[in-house]
Amino acid sequence: MKKIYLDNNATTAIHPDVLKEMLPYFEGFYGNPSSIHTYGQETRKAIEDAREKIAKLLNAESSEIVFTSCGTESNNHAIKGAAFSLQNKGKHIITSKIEHHAVIEVCEYLSKKFGFEITYIPVDKYGIVNPEDVKKAITDKTILISIMHINNETGTIQPIEEIGKIAQERQIVFHTDAVQSVGKIQIDVKKLGVSLLSLSGHKFYAPKGVGILYVRKGLKIHSLLHGGSHEKNRRAGTENVPYIVGIAKALDISHKDMAEESKRILYLREKLEKGILDKIEYSQINGHPENRIYNTSNISFDFIEGEGLLLSLDMEGIAASTGSACTSGTLEPSHVLAAMGVSPTKSQGSIRFSLGRQNTEAEIDKLLEVLPNIVSRLRMMSPLWEDKQKGIETQFEDSKKYH
Amino acid sequence: MQYSSKVMEHFNNPRNVGEIPDADGIGNVGNPICGDIMRLYIKVKDGIIVDAKFKTFGCGAAIATSSMVTEMVKGKSIEEALNISNKAVAEALGGLPSIKMHCSVLAEEALKSALADYYKKHPK
Repeated sequence: MKKIYLDNNATTAIHPDVLKEMLPYFEGFYGNPSSIHTYGQETRKAIEDAREKIAKLLNAESSEIVFTSCGTESNNHAIKGAAFSLQNKGKHIITSKIEHHAVIEVCEYLSKKFGFEITYIPVDKYGIVNPEDVKKAITDKTILISIMHINNETGTIQPIEEIGKIAQERQIVFHTDAVQSVGKIQIDVKKLGVSLLSLSGHKFYAPKGVGILYVRKGLKIHSLLHGGSHEKNRRAGTENVPYIVGIAKALDISHKDMAEESKRILYLREKLEKGILDKIEYSQINGHPENRIYNTSNISFDFIEGEGLLLSLDMEGIAASTGSACTSGTLEPSHVLAAMGVSPTKSQGSIRFSLGRQNTEAEIDKLLEVLPNIVSRLRMMSPLWEDKQKGIETQFEDSKKYH
Repeated sequence: MQYSSKVMEHFNNPRNVGEIPDADGIGNVGNPICGDIMRLYIKVKDGIIVDAKFKTFGCGAAIATSSMVTEMVKGKSIEEALNISNKAVAEALGGLPSIKMHCSVLAEEALKSALADYYKKHPK
């Protein structure tokens, strides 16, 4: 059975040219970049070339690029680093209700263990933060604003430039988690008006295990890792040379392919959404209709639960994902959909399809062929569907009554 | 998280999906935390459960435990059915991931709710 991978927001397959670029650094070039000898000089050059390439693509300076191990590390570094270095000015942080756990949990940690005050800005029904709400939340104690660029679950794009202007006017450090945007759209750190930006390689065809934190020149934040003077004293630890070479190559390729790929993938996504909405009644798109990244589609199928859908799709060789209850090791429904006002039942029946460079039109056709049958099969098993057909409201006793 | 082959088999080919229009007892239980809802119908003749059917809104484990519990009660007396525990349902499925054990609890509760409904409709 041919497998179809529609979970590119979770991770992507490494690009063959990226792997090719990396291989010499596993084989011949293994020197420690901090060493003075030729071995070290070779790998040092590879890292600095990669840094320069990345800086150019993000409209940053080389010195502003810090290599990390992943997006989560970049977010931790940005938020904890800024919070600890600026806490004498105040202990108030503004973020949003739809951030990735790698931001929310960091804020919760700072709140619980270090007494920081966190404001979680709400979103509208499309999942968008209103910059005015950010502005209103600012106090004289606010030291950091952290709002994500593109939401991982819905693909909705946040007004980062506008928030950036507000942050600059008020001279507050502004971080954005751009893990889902870098590699998909052009990023200009100056235009966005950010002081800190996190990104992750494996979202754009580099391997897992490498990320970047952009730190605007002049901004001093605490480090997470202390030790040697690597990364200009910002991140101790011997550099992961092959992966750094890989992430630079991947970013370069994604920028070269972007104009064409964004159009091609958007066409596939539109076909997928139109096909599903036409063929399957009681299905809806979650997220903004237009202001949404071209590869992501979050769809609710009423009266059924997402995990059953995922398992059934998987048996057809199709990989998608759900942020819904019971699948991600937690029973809580998606905090992103909840913040958008999506009911817990609808949220449970939501699936995310995220497309990438390998997807073809034939694959979308295949999905559209099998999905309606899967949805009907699960609805036939659902008491909610049964009641809908009968036109009655579903009633049930709460569990635990018999224990 | 990995389901046993037995869970996947019951999820793919669930036994006894449907309704019993003239059911002697109906259990209708929902887990307010994860949102799963299980509806269980039983048909009783001479103190023996002769038929059982279900409808479930929930994950793969919820559907598999519903299927399994309907299989387990068929042919059992009311008293025997009352003794079916969630652990027995989970074991019959070759085990459940720990985060999914609550699905087997829901299956046991749906069964007990159906039996309670049976007693209510057929007072001794």
